[in-house]
Amino acid sequence: MKKLIAAALALVLALGLVACSGTPAENKGNKDAKIGIILVHDENTGYDEAHINGIVKALENCGIPNDADHIIWKYNVPEDEKCHDAAIDLVEQGCTYIFSDSYGHQTYMQQAADENPDVVFASMTGDTAAVSGLKNFKNAFCNTYESRYVSGVVAGMKLKQLVDEGKVTDANMENGNIKLGYVGAFPYAEVVSGYTAYYLGVKSIVENVVMDVLYTSSWFDPNAEAEAANTLMSRGCIIISQHADSTGAPSACQAAQEAGTTVYCVGYNIDMLPAAPTAALTSAQNDWSIYYTYAFNCILKGEDIKTDWAEGYNEGANMISKLGESCAPGTAEKVAEVEAAIKDGSLKVFSTDTFTVGGEHLTTYTGAYGMDGKELISDGYFHESELRSAPAFDLRIDGITELNN
Amino acid sequence: MSKTKRHTEPLMHITKRPAIALWKNLGIRGIGLVLALIVCAIVIYAVTKLNPLEVYVAMFKGTFGSQTRVWYMLRDTAMLLCIAVGLAPAFKMRFWNIGAEGQVLMGAVAAAACMKYVAPNVPHGLSLVIMFAASAIAGGIWGFIPSVFKARWNTNETLFTLMMNYIAIQITSFCVSKWEDHYGSNTVGVINQQTHAGWFPPILGQQYLLNVLIVAVITVCMYLYLKESKHGFEIAVVGESTNTARYAAMNVRKIIIRTVIVSGAICGIAGFIAVAGAGHTISTSTAGGRGFTAIIVAWLSKFNTFIMTGVSALIVFLQKGAIQIASQFGLNDFVSEMITGIILFFILGSEFFINFKVRFRSSRKEIEK
Repeated sequence: MKKLIAAALALVLALGLVACSGTPAENKGNKDAKIGIILVHDENTGYDEAHINGIVKALENCGIPNDADHIIWKYNVPEDEKCHDAAIDLVEQGCTYIFSDSYGHQTYMQQAADENPDVVFASMTGDTAAVSGLKNFKNAFCNTYESRYVSGVVAGMKLKQLVDEGKVTDANMENGNIKLGYVGAFPYAEVVSGYTAYYLGVKSIVENVVMDVLYTSSWFDPNAEAEAANTLMSRGCIIISQHADSTGAPSACQAAQEAGTTVYCVGYNIDMLPAAPTAALTSAQNDWSIYYTYAFNCILKGEDIKTDWAEGYNEGANMISKLGESCAPGTAEKVAEVEAAIKDGSLKVFSTDTFTVGGEHLTTYTGAYGMDGKELISDGYFHESELRSAPAFDLRIDGITELNN
Repeated sequence: MSKTKRHTEPLMHITKRPAIALWKNLGIRGIGLVLALIVCAIVIYAVTKLNPLEVYVAMFKGTFGSQTRVWYMLRDTAMLLCIAVGLAPAFKMRFWNIGAEGQVLMGAVAAAACMKYVAPNVPHGLSLVIMFAASAIAGGIWGFIPSVFKARWNTNETLFTLMMNYIAIQITSFCVSKWEDHYGSNTVGVINQQTHAGWFPPILGQQYLLNVLIVAVITVCMYLYLKESKHGFEIAVVGESTNTARYAAMNVRKIIIRTVIVSGAICGIAGFIAVAGAGHTISTSTAGGRGFTAIIVAWLSKFNTFIMTGVSALIVFLQKGAIQIASQFGLNDFVSEMITGIILFFILGSEFFINFKVRFRSSRKEIEK
């Protein structure tokens, strides 16, 4: 009983202390603004590593010291109500600008933004900032579909070489088309936009290709990703790409290649060559430092951050990683040519004459999820990431089959 | 090596203590806590080279550092306490309900369903009452099923309730996939984000006051129920011996079923509080392992609901403090989980020394021989 009383007293004392001290006044000086970062995993996953590297580089670019007085990191924050608690905790630590890196964080960030109108919340890859009506809630995304397309071109060059060398066997064919494989995380626009861009990149080099997509329902699950890659390879897919964050698929491809299968892979975010030295061709990448540098500069200058930020090759926010030794000769030249065309606008990734839906070339599309029926096709191409930063391309085009959706 | 067999006394004797003086009891716990802090300090220093004292100060600040933080601490303490209080009657009856996690989830699913489909169409107060009732019923059903099997066919309730957790998790993920916020995203997101329909209203400007009040009422009621009511007496008798209960003309089956329904219903209400009062969403992590943590709380408190308040607060303090040191010193969360683990290990370890006496073989006598 005594213990109980003591505990109760301690609690009352603590409450009293807090009531007396109160919260310190908010720091208004922009130079000393405190930044909070919420990450879905840590540096062990490619996606988060890309964000961490981008943030660290942006801090250097803007001359903000990387210490606990200026930036607070929260790692391994799940995509549930704990994200809201983490955001509130950052506010309590004096952060006035808070960034989260995963799509599933968005709804909880929005709630925190609603509750804390003096703090700016930016949800990377999110899509509801514009419709939320909150001034302090932002979205941003790099034009990943551009680097996906370029990585598809790299795969296409390799495929052409394999065809020329006669290494594509009947097992790799289906009705006269060569089979590609894709390991996806979740079946929504971010992933659909990515795999479609990749597929169109391959198709721009080798016309007769089809692609199987297998979902893992997780952003990071090395075993599931490896398993999915193995399933795709057993179905005859000759080049495997991915929109999931581990090295599971490239490692599986490398193992299969060493066992004698003709198979190559294209990664995402991080260079896959250490995991798959002879199987990996390249990886589609985002340089998040471009966005973070922009956002941190806005903070320093006291300017408002754009509600929807989306940039790609033009600003250097997208690129592909170093070409692997297995890449076909002439790949680098072709990549440079395609990149230049994307930059000067002469190449539109989602040009409507390169794909069909239900056998038809589209001239209109107003059914994209969460876009309020806005027209997305005009001037002969799908306007991806122009009306909002997050990908909106959720059309299922001919030639691509989702195996488990 | 000597080949002669000697009958040596074993290295140590462990004997059950009949009872222990209060000062000894507190002394052992105190030593346990001090040892835990010392071991933690060594680990912290070895791993991070930080000053352990600073780390402890940070833990305290992380929990009590501001008014908001205190409210979050109270909110989480209330949640853990609610589940532990729910477990108390079942445990007192020696019915090992380790299905709290599932009962909380079923309550949470029921609350989320009502929040989604009922709350936007009825007045706010009524929607909360409906959600409360739905959660209690859902949790109660999840208690009713294993208790019937226990009462009728004497099945093993530990395994049964454990398995029921997995069924609840599957049902939850099914609902999540049905209600997902964005096609294929596998998350429900914040429900009624714009309207706040079915959310706990702030009372006196405090978002989480209602959580605390509901749990406080439940805690007091449960204390009185177990200590003062006829039901409470019956639970104690059935827990001690079902034969005694039968001899006293008690309907043992009825008591078992009734008690476990009450237990499950309160856990269901905890799910309601988690959804309507805190998370405003539903996922398989809504219970977040608290259904299992509450078992530790209930045991450490010897099923006394008031002591449970203190133990729940201690555990939440450890968790909050751990989160704070992780972000303040740039550590990975796993370091903080390690610290929580060490402290819990010593707290549980001190239970052993309270219940048992350890006497070592005197080595001096051996030498004299």
